[in-house]
Formats: sequence, structure tokens, C-alpha cells
Amino acid sequence: MDGPFATALSLIASGDPALMQIISLSLRVTLTAVLIACVIGLPLGAALALARFIGRGALIVVFNALMGLPPVVAGLIVYLMLSRSGPFGSLGLLFTPSAMIIAQTLLILPIVVSLTRSVVEDLWVEYREQLHSLGAGRLRAVPTLLWDGRVSLLTGVLAGFGRASAEVGAVLIVGGNIAGHTRTMTTAITLETARGQLGLAVALGIILMTLTLSLNAAAWGAGQWARGRLG
Amino acid sequence: MRPVRDLAPSILPLVLEGMGYAVGGKTLLSDVSLVVASGRRLVVMGANGAGKSVFLRLCHGLIEPTSGRRLWADGAARAEAQAMVFQRPVLLRRSVAANLDYPLALKGQSRGMRAEIVAHTLDRFGLTALADRPARLLSGGEQQRLALARAWAMRPQVLFLDEPSSALDPSATRIIEEMVEQFSGEGITIVMTTHNLGQARRLAQDVAFLHRGRLIEHRPAADFFAGPEAPEARAFLAGDLVW
Repeated sequence: MDGPFATALSLIASGDPALMQIISLSLRVTLTAVLIACVIGLPLGAALALARFIGRGALIVVFNALMGLPPVVAGLIVYLMLSRSGPFGSLGLLFTPSAMIIAQTLLILPIVVSLTRSVVEDLWVEYREQLHSLGAGRLRAVPTLLWDGRVSLLTGVLAGFGRASAEVGAVLIVGGNIAGHTRTMTTAITLETARGQLGLAVALGIILMTLTLSLNAAAWGAGQWARGRLG
Repeated sequence: MRPVRDLAPSILPLVLEGMGYAVGGKTLLSDVSLVVASGRRLVVMGANGAGKSVFLRLCHGLIEPTSGRRLWADGAARAEAQAMVFQRPVLLRRSVAANLDYPLALKGQSRGMRAEIVAHTLDRFGLTALADRPARLLSGGEQQRLALARAWAMRPQVLFLDEPSSALDPSATRIIEEMVEQFSGEGITIVMTTHNLGQARRLAQDVAFLHRGRLIEHRPAADFFAGPEAPEARAFLAGDLVW
């Protein structure tokens, strides 16, 4: 039994340091990107739902379209910004985890913004008169609507996490897949598969899938619990 | 606890001068002139589509009249002196106590004062046992009771109610009506719509009868129920269909 699957299991069981390092970097990058995207995207999405201004429709369409932004293109954009000759080249961020966080934030942000807008817009229809009557204007309604839509919003945040943790293109371009520095689960799988080192690739694949599965299970459970608990 | 409204200058009476509302070329309410007197219970009656809800929303300021004027006694429509209970109350996805707290926090009241008012309100309306329950999971009757309690806790001078018990069973309806009478007894001016004749008879001190967006009659309830002048109102009382 020397197949890649057996190798993978023994790597996981032994807690191989290289493997652990890759997992921890991947999680750090993706979770930070999710956090930043939420901090920007939740209020932005809510504002987009409640504000009325010229060009609002166009902005909504752009954000909707950006949900399908190919990761390699996001990577390319960030690469151009951060490369030596780019506008932010002097920061020296290219081929660092920070660059990867920026690229993944770019990927997640449209998902969070679009979903938040749609959730908050629907809630606003139901809540508008009541909140107005209670004394909350549009601006004050934003945190209220975000909080009341928290269960639905969780799904969007999770979709963002899923997209970021699964993508290769963006982190590969701006991170460079440097061992021990910017190598994530997805870029490692790409490289190890190309090199014929299937053991590590399969181990990372298993972990990636387990992670996604358990996160979704947790979110689904939380959603069910909240629906029963909050109505 | 003494109600704060005793100290505040009264925003009533509310004077409506030829108030009308049209949207998209459709006139929903036209040329309504009447005075909402302080401390009275005014019941707005009429068939579906007569403009009852629009009337309430105009008075409360949720929409602005497209013609005529709405004049509050102290010049400004002080939102904090008004409250409204909707046909289907929108309760926030949080606990019963937190729902009571929310509008008080919006008014900028201190945490300590809010806690006191919330506890007092829960106690007064028999909601203390439900304080930590999610508001959305209450029964329909309990939800409307909470909506009225929330409105009361805001210490309004005038309370608007839009068909507050149309979705409730008779016993829940009775509770709501008792609450309205209690509020009225404390000096809160009541303006409510209903298509329930029995409810109108039980609660009304004054009646405004709307028909196709126009005010047909506005009289003390006793006079109105003794025999309305307008044929549309007579037909309505007799249970005939009036369009």
C-alpha cells in the first residue's frame, strides 16, 4: 500500500510540519480576506440597498458581474498594482501573504456586497414603515437591517470563504507559491500534482474538502438553529 | 412612574386642511378636512380601498400630502410624540425586551432609564415571562400586544392604529381593545382604522367615514351610529356593499 492516498493519510496522521505550515497560511490568508471583505462589504451592500443615487443600477450590475471575476484576473490586477513599476510597487508587497490577502479580498468583496444588498433590500421593504415610525432613518436602519438579516448574510460570507479557499489563480500570481512563505493548499496541490508528488496533493485535497464540508455543515446548522430560535 | 407626556407641550389638535394624496396619477385621498381633537378616540371607517390606511400614514408622516396641509398644534410634527401600530406588526429578530428597548435607544435615552421603562412595560402588559423569548416566535395575539406595548413605552401623545386586530381571534382582539381603552384613559389620543363594526361601536368616540378617498362624515360616534346622514355610510352600517 504505497499509493498516494496512503501517503496522504500518513502525512495527515503524523502532522507533517510542511503540511501544517501550508494549512495555517491558507487559513490565515483566506480568513483575513473574509474579515476585510465583511468590514467593507456589509455596510457598502446595505448602503447600496437603501441609498438612491444616479448610477446605482450600474453599480449593482458591476458588483453582480464581479461575483464572477476570474481569480486569475483578480490576481493580475493586484499584480499590476503591486509590481515594482505599479502604483503601489514601493510597498514591496508582491509575493507576500499580504498581497494574497488583497487579491482574495477583491474576490470576496463583490459576493458580500451583492448578497448584502439583496438581503437588506428585501428586509427594507418589510421594515421601512415600522422603522420610520419608531424613529429610525435610513442611516440608522443599516445596522438594524444587517443584524436582522444576520442568518441570510452568514450564507453569503460563507460563499465568499468558499470562493477564496478554493481559488488558485489569484494567490499563485501575487504570492508566487514560495515554499514556506506563500504556498497555500491550492497552489501546493497544483505544484505537487505537476511534480508527480501525489501524496501531499491528495492530503491537502482531503483537508480542503473536509474544511469546506464542516464549515458548510456548521453554517447550515447555525441557520437552522437561528430560524427556529429567532423566527 | 409618571408619563413624560404630561410635561411636554401638546402637539394636538391635529388640523387637516384639504389634505389629499395622489400617486402615479391615481388619487387615493382627496380634500380631507378635519380636526383630530386631543384625548379623543377617533375611529376611521370605510370599505376596503376607501383610503383609511393612506389617511393614517399621512397623519403619521410616513407619506406626505400631495395637496392640502397637515398642521400639528405646536408647529412641528414631532415624531417622538407619535407612535403607530400596524396591521401586521414588524417585530425585530431579537428578544421581546430588546424590541421594547429599540425605539427608546433611538430616542437617545440612557441605558438605566431604558431598563427601567422596559421592565415597567413588560410588567404592566403581562409580558415579563416572555421577556427573553424571540419576538418573532410569539403568537399573533402576543405579537400585537408587544407592538402596542412598544408603542406605549414610547410615551406618545397620539397613537395611530391600522386595523390592529384584523388578523386576531376574538379573545386576542378583546385584549387589544382593552389596551386601547387604557391608553385612551391615560390621555393618549387614539386614531384607528377598522372595518369591524362591532369594534368601532365599542371604541369610537368620534367617527370619520371615508368613501372612495373622500371624507363623507365626521361626527361623534353616538350620532353616527344613531343614523348617519350619508347614504354610503348608512349602507355601510347596514352591511351592504358600497363601492
